Amino acid sequence: MGALATLMSMAAWAEESKYNLPTPQSEVAQEIFDLHILIMWVCVGIFVVVFGAMFYSIWKHRKSAGHKAAHFHENTTVEVIWTIIPFIILTAMAIPSTKAVLNMRDASNPDITIKVTGYQWKWEYDYRTEGIKFLSMLSTPRDQIEGSAKKGENYLLEVDNAMVVPVGKKVRLLLTANDVIHAWWVPAFGIKQDAIPGYIKDAWFIAKTPGTFRGQCAELCGKDHGFMPIVVEVKSADDYAKWVADQKAKTAAVTLDPNKTYSAGELKAQGEKVYAANCAACHQANGAGLPPAFPAITGSKIATGDKAAHIAIVMNGKPGTAMAAFGKQLNDVDLAAVVSYERNALGNKTGDLVQPADIKALRK
Amino acid sequence: MEATHAQDHGHGHPTGLMRWITTTNHKDIGTLYLWFAFIMLLAGGCLALLIRAELFQPGMQVVTPEFFNQLTTLHGLIMVFGAIMPAMVGFANWQVPMMIGAPDMAFPRMNNWSFWLLPVAAIMLVSSFFVPGGASAGGWTMYPPLFLQGGISNDMTIFAVHILGISSIMGAINIVTTILNMRAPGMTMMKMPLFVWTWLITAYLLIAVMPVLAGTVTMLLTDRHFGTNFFNAAGGGDPVMFQHIFWFFGHPEVYIMILPAFGIVSQVIPAFARKPLFGYASMVYATGSIAILSFIVWAHHMFTTGMPTSAQLFFMYATMLIAVPTGVKVFNWVATMWRGSMTFETPMLFAIGFVCLFTIGGFTGLVLAITPVDIQLQDTYYVVAHFHYVLVSGSLYAIFAGVYFWLPKWTGRMYDEKLGKLHFWLSTIFFNILFFPMHFLGLAGMPRRIPDYALQFADFNALATIGAFGFGLSQLILLVVVLKCIKSGAKAADHTWEGAESLEWTHLPSPPPYHSFVIPPIVK
Repeated sequence: MGALATLMSMAAWAEESKYNLPTPQSEVAQEIFDLHILIMWVCVGIFVVVFGAMFYSIWKHRKSAGHKAAHFHENTTVEVIWTIIPFIILTAMAIPSTKAVLNMRDASNPDITIKVTGYQWKWEYDYRTEGIKFLSMLSTPRDQIEGSAKKGENYLLEVDNAMVVPVGKKVRLLLTANDVIHAWWVPAFGIKQDAIPGYIKDAWFIAKTPGTFRGQCAELCGKDHGFMPIVVEVKSADDYAKWVADQKAKTAAVTLDPNKTYSAGELKAQGEKVYAANCAACHQANGAGLPPAFPAITGSKIATGDKAAHIAIVMNGKPGTAMAAFGKQLNDVDLAAVVSYERNALGNKTGDLVQPADIKALRK
Repeated sequence: MEATHAQDHGHGHPTGLMRWITTTNHKDIGTLYLWFAFIMLLAGGCLALLIRAELFQPGMQVVTPEFFNQLTTLHGLIMVFGAIMPAMVGFANWQVPMMIGAPDMAFPRMNNWSFWLLPVAAIMLVSSFFVPGGASAGGWTMYPPLFLQGGISNDMTIFAVHILGISSIMGAINIVTTILNMRAPGMTMMKMPLFVWTWLITAYLLIAVMPVLAGTVTMLLTDRHFGTNFFNAAGGGDPVMFQHIFWFFGHPEVYIMILPAFGIVSQVIPAFARKPLFGYASMVYATGSIAILSFIVWAHHMFTTGMPTSAQLFFMYATMLIAVPTGVKVFNWVATMWRGSMTFETPMLFAIGFVCLFTIGGFTGLVLAITPVDIQLQDTYYVVAHFHYVLVSGSLYAIFAGVYFWLPKWTGRMYDEKLGKLHFWLSTIFFNILFFPMHFLGLAGMPRRIPDYALQFADFNALATIGAFGFGLSQLILLVVVLKCIKSGAKAADHTWEGAESLEWTHLPSPPPYHSFVIPPIVK
């Protein structure tokens, strides 16, 4: 009965309850929320009736209470009734559920389309019409995860660059993945859609109120599956327009010139940033890796050997392992910088540098 | 003289270790299956406790993220293929011949081989923790492209699944043949105990779907090593196709694990209600309907892959439909208890626990069948709670009920009732502390298969971990009960439970002779 009481509280209509789905922020999420409450109560009702009867029987029809067993063992009328009643209840449930499915799947006439790509272990948001494209990854510091620092309020649910959308507009997401299957999930919007390599699937939402909403990858995608959160900032139309303008300006400012020849210091400084963002999850910040699945960079045959082979593996990946092909993810400068960094830092000292021009030449 | 003497008793079968290795006796093989399942239950349980230890608090404390994924993967594989399925086959071996009045299984030598393949597969799975790169970490569902990454342990897992599949298929063929051909005179199909019926249907499910699993893991193997691209989009393949094939196996697999449990519970409840099973015929038809429906609901595991709307609707309706025959079964069990004369020995407690808790799992299954709701809950702790309610308080509780029910028959000795009841109550309390909060975690947004989590999930995770250790340790009571029963239990009566009606109670002593029903009984 304790379980039953908890079951009832589970369906409580509390705002942002610990026992229920998060407060819906979109029409679809609201429909899901209401459907869940409805079905929950139907189940609780059936549970009470059926198990009420069972516990009554357990109490009354005990041998120790002197009850003698009856000997009936079938009754066609009763059996037909309890086959038909559940059927009717299920049909009644199917009607609102069908409506919700049809609404959920109607991604037509969007105001904004954003392409979302899952990588091991980060998300890329590509605003096709606005020309904005950026990566979004976990920003919780390592020491909080390892327990040497106090965990922040949004521990594991915070990213460096959040996805930003305007309030009240129909946002259509086009989801795909680059390596393995991921799933983009923000509970408040009622979206969970697998991001599948080689396929583009869509999903949509209209955010009701401005604010910050958080979610996580929901499909096992390897080692850091638990560490690729999603943050969506919903802004007013004006703030959104401002954000778009800022992003465009920023993109223009930070783009390093791919035709320049950089010094060792410049390449290493840029390479360190790129390494931390793309490589450190597996090969570790100090280059020691996690062998044998994730080999060390420090002293590795590739990072201390032939330069061309090193560039090739970074650009094309290694099939059958978690080593992704970064050729399409990173630009010429970042690729050159990170290879130079790996060859001249993390305990390696080859002394040779890779310039953006070298990468450019390889792209042809 | 001595040779003749031995032949009188057991056809001169070897003793000691060789008895077990070479045995073709259904009772010996049943015992082997059950002990194997128990050992694997403890092994899989230890992995689960490591998982729960890591999840006790936010932050990474006990294991690394990649080892965590290995734990969840192997926990699933070991519990499904190593614990639940072999335990059910163990019951079939012991009980089917005795319940239908047959002297043994139809293919005794094949029976030996089906069992002895299991330890080979188990060793392969468990030892994969020690190969370079560690054990498989792509989840027990082995989804590509993730499963195409990773080392030799993934190949070991594929071969282990092949071997387990061969064992299951041979076991199933044996059971079907035994039931169809070796019933005692007068034991018509509609007189068979329900346990035999559920196993007959389960065996057909196994024969239908294990080859599908073998096929799809073989495709994984060729994708990994022989240049095929079945599941590699870059080579023209389709990663989602794997999920379709896998769940075409996987959903019937769910019923492979639960139908024999229905069978056990349908033997136990009438015995302790002292009243015949209500609606025997409708129970048989419900089992058959569930088995047939199990083939047309597989894609409800894949609602978030983004299949066509019409497919989402079809699989939603088909899944909801399963509630009808499942409901019939629950109603029949309650009607069996109704106006009975009930006593509550350990087997009955586990059977009642099964009916209540399995039904909670059934209800959450109905919630998950509703496509839009499933979109929110898929791959969260709500799903983890759901399938543990049907597999632990469902299948495993039925196995416990069956063990306590038949232990006096198998050993000829009574188990310790007090310890049995303690086992039930501790298991049930800790089980709910362990799994009930997971519903809330899932609703609040905690994904499954993550080694670390946000702070708002901390309370329920801590609670679940406490429940996990309590539940895990409680299972050692079962070991004590069984060992005590074998060594020093009081002599059990031949007809141990007065309300039990099947042939093993009415026609055989406790324990039954090594070869029972050499002359078939006449069933009226």
